[in-house]
Amino acid sequence: MTKVFGSFVANDHIDLTIEPGEIHALLGENGAGKSTMMNVLYGLYDADGGDILIDDEPVKFSGPGDAVAAGIGMVHQHFMLVPVFTVAESVALGYEPTKSLGLLDIAEARKKVTEISSRFNFNIDPDALIEDLPVGAQQRVEIIKALSRDAEILILDEPTAVLTPQETDELISIMRQLKEQGTSIVFITHKLREVRAIADSITVIRRGKIVGEASPDSTETELASQMVGRAVSLTTEKDDADPGDATFQVRNLTVVDKAENVVVDDVSFDVRRGEILAVAGVQGNGQTELAETIIGLTEPRLGTITLDGKSLGGASVKDRLGAGIGFVPEDRSTDGIIAEFAIRDNMILDVYDREPYAKGLNLRSKTITAEAKKKVEEFDIRLGSVVDPISTLSGGNQQKVVLSRELGRELRLFIASQPTRGLDVGSIEFVHKRVIAERDSGTPCIIVSTELDEVYGLADRIAVMYSGRIVGVVGADTSREALGLMMAGVPADEALAATTGTSDGSDHAQAATDEAGTAATAAGTADDDSATTSAEETK
Amino acid sequence: MTAQTVETTPSSQVKALAPIAWKFPIVYSILALVSFVFFGLIGRDGETTFRFASGGDFFAIPDFVVSSTVAGLALGILLVIMAAVSIYLSVKRLDIGSWFPMLFGILFVVSFLAWAGGGSGGVIPLTTLLAGALALSVPLIFGAMCGLVGERSGIINIAIEGQLLAGAFLAAVVASVVKNPYAGLLAAPIAGALVAVILTFFAVKYWVNQIIIGVVLNVLVVGVTSFLYSTVLTQDPELWNARQKLPNLPIPLLSDIPVLGRVLFDQNILVYIMYVVVIALQIFVFRSKWGLRMRAVGEHPKAADTVGIKVNFTRVRNTLLAGAIAGLGGAFFTVGSGLAFGKEMSAGQGYIALAAMILGKWNPKGALFAALLFGFSKSLGNTLQSIGTPVANELLLMLPYIVTVFAVAGFVGRVRPPAAEGVPYVK
Repeated sequence: MTKVFGSFVANDHIDLTIEPGEIHALLGENGAGKSTMMNVLYGLYDADGGDILIDDEPVKFSGPGDAVAAGIGMVHQHFMLVPVFTVAESVALGYEPTKSLGLLDIAEARKKVTEISSRFNFNIDPDALIEDLPVGAQQRVEIIKALSRDAEILILDEPTAVLTPQETDELISIMRQLKEQGTSIVFITHKLREVRAIADSITVIRRGKIVGEASPDSTETELASQMVGRAVSLTTEKDDADPGDATFQVRNLTVVDKAENVVVDDVSFDVRRGEILAVAGVQGNGQTELAETIIGLTEPRLGTITLDGKSLGGASVKDRLGAGIGFVPEDRSTDGIIAEFAIRDNMILDVYDREPYAKGLNLRSKTITAEAKKKVEEFDIRLGSVVDPISTLSGGNQQKVVLSRELGRELRLFIASQPTRGLDVGSIEFVHKRVIAERDSGTPCIIVSTELDEVYGLADRIAVMYSGRIVGVVGADTSREALGLMMAGVPADEALAATTGTSDGSDHAQAATDEAGTAATAAGTADDDSATTSAEETK
Repeated sequence: MTAQTVETTPSSQVKALAPIAWKFPIVYSILALVSFVFFGLIGRDGETTFRFASGGDFFAIPDFVVSSTVAGLALGILLVIMAAVSIYLSVKRLDIGSWFPMLFGILFVVSFLAWAGGGSGGVIPLTTLLAGALALSVPLIFGAMCGLVGERSGIINIAIEGQLLAGAFLAAVVASVVKNPYAGLLAAPIAGALVAVILTFFAVKYWVNQIIIGVVLNVLVVGVTSFLYSTVLTQDPELWNARQKLPNLPIPLLSDIPVLGRVLFDQNILVYIMYVVVIALQIFVFRSKWGLRMRAVGEHPKAADTVGIKVNFTRVRNTLLAGAIAGLGGAFFTVGSGLAFGKEMSAGQGYIALAAMILGKWNPKGALFAALLFGFSKSLGNTLQSIGTPVANELLLMLPYIVTVFAVAGFVGRVRPPAAEGVPYVK
């Protein structure tokens, strides 16, 4: 199978065979072409070459409807659920049971949901609104959706990206159950631990090509190097922190969104000079809002933020930048850069009106270019010219531009949200090194990350957020299981007690994760999207 | 390392209280005081007559005569009490039901009418007022239904104004040529759908900004109809632009109910079609396969695509249907009211229809009531103008637009438009 977007070959003559009743893992970095391939298989894209055979019969899909009819179901990385629909409506959509006049037979739809839900103990209320369900439950709705159409092959695209470790365990047991009932599963991921836990066979993809089969018995290091194509460094090199005074303090911070939901709930913490505080948690538990409130994009309802003894209450974003806060936003492409602007202009977005870049009303083009070239050297940014639009750069190089801007000043506080999301291995290593260098220069750093591997790689201390609250602030030596429990809302002391009870098991797991942690981080974070979207643009 | 952690207090459950919402209590208080002071204390002497009867009723309700000052004072006190209640509820952060603003509005309007009718010894003809309100609402209601079907499918339709005008034009011309108003009624939806064809062609196929293409279409329709009016229609008005009126078809029994029966059930077929359209949409948008798919492509088109729904086809089909609905509404200006076509006779009603759609939160029922509110305020302006009040004519004519601005700005509350409206679906 081959798929080409413009001049970019997303899938280059890929062959893949799925046996009935097996769990087949498709392992690869971000942008390796895993999602593209599955979207072709599901009929969302047309293949530019090759065939799809089901039971040796060639099939031709003109749309997802055909794929579904052929028994293929897909759970997308970003759920394909309408937030304002009920569960029953979501499952019915496209295959609606109807009465006369095209009116919905909602009782029938409800029955179907209840039936499948009870078969797998999903515990889903067919009348609940999708937007009110937690992510794990939404995923189960997606699985119900696929099963309600008698899917024989179920494609799960990065299903664990949005789940807590405990929810991931539940998903794995659901997958086993499905397998027992004869469903084949294609499991797309870049997380090595999960692959080893569940897969029957593994196919590794790199840059649109199959680079080999692997057995689930391979070590994570072997898998990682196969996926990346070279030996990967497994640990982020970092000396112990040498923390100084707590110059940044947050007290009783409460933030409320437009709909009056409390998104940051009575949060208090300190960050000391020369340490990295990682804010861990499942996406959507208030981390984004916390970071945006610190930089001043959002006004808190209650609470204070203090930097170097001065309260930031009421200070504008500009004041806060002036006070020495560096901020790397979560969504690089919309909040971190201005895509149409030149690279050099993107480097001075926060200081464009100051000496030496500006004089009076004028920008000093020569200085800006000279400074930009210096930064390009320093941050190893691969580009044609500094006057090219930043949209011509890869994600990793764009992020380096953002970092060069935010770290280019004397900082009193550095905040980065998801600093390596969607980046390739080399860029991730580079970003981590720069963050640690900034820490060592004495700046208090806050890293918001949903990737536990990144959290372990960078953190000196870890604050876990759940439902807007900081569940606890713990040391970087806390076990993965304890963090997982905290990410599900269990208070720190209980989580620690619960996991030390089974200490031999978790010690073992800890050793394994320490070894593999950075490999998986290095191997890339959550989204395949950056590649897919840019590919779509070229198309 | 954990020793350094800050003492977080997970058990304290600090509840972040929303600031007290003063907007509504302030508005209620001002209106209540206006009513009490101006309509009551320093109101006008004299009596106001509320006339319920209209000729030919099955049985007549006698006129209701009330002293302007007494009514003003009594209603004023009631309104002040209601304002106080609203302040209390706001301070306690309790919810005010939707009946509250309705009741308040009705009392305020009655109080205003009592004042306006006083002094001049005026008679307020309630039946005429309500019948006028319904008549003026008809194009608004059709327009709002058109807007909501389009937007629920993900296409913003600013061209309702143009669709109304096109419908009015074609209905008048066809009815005149065929010499049958019902022929005009059949032609009107075609005109509206044709405008929708151009809209969807650019919006879906070429991803042109839907608001821009909608505004351009409105100007285009004004241009084309005005050109044809000046060149063709005025050449031979007897042939091209003769008046044709849909006859009233009173429904037996129902039309004999006093006041409301006359208002609702002694109408021409276009109004009955409107009832059917509103009721059918209310049911089908939320409870049919068609409605489910329509809402899916308007909220999350990619999700619809993954279950095999043809997103752009669904959008085009629904927008054409919506255009036909708006075209029918346009027919009301000409064959519906027995008038000949005149330049720009839709007079901005399409935009007010959009406002009604938003105020009605993209719900057929809500949009119906919003359109009726706008129609009523316009009818009120007309009635007051004819009985003669101390308020300047120009101010009264502004009434519907003031109501629109306030309604859309403040009273609509938190609404959520369809998530994907205005965004072209590109695979």
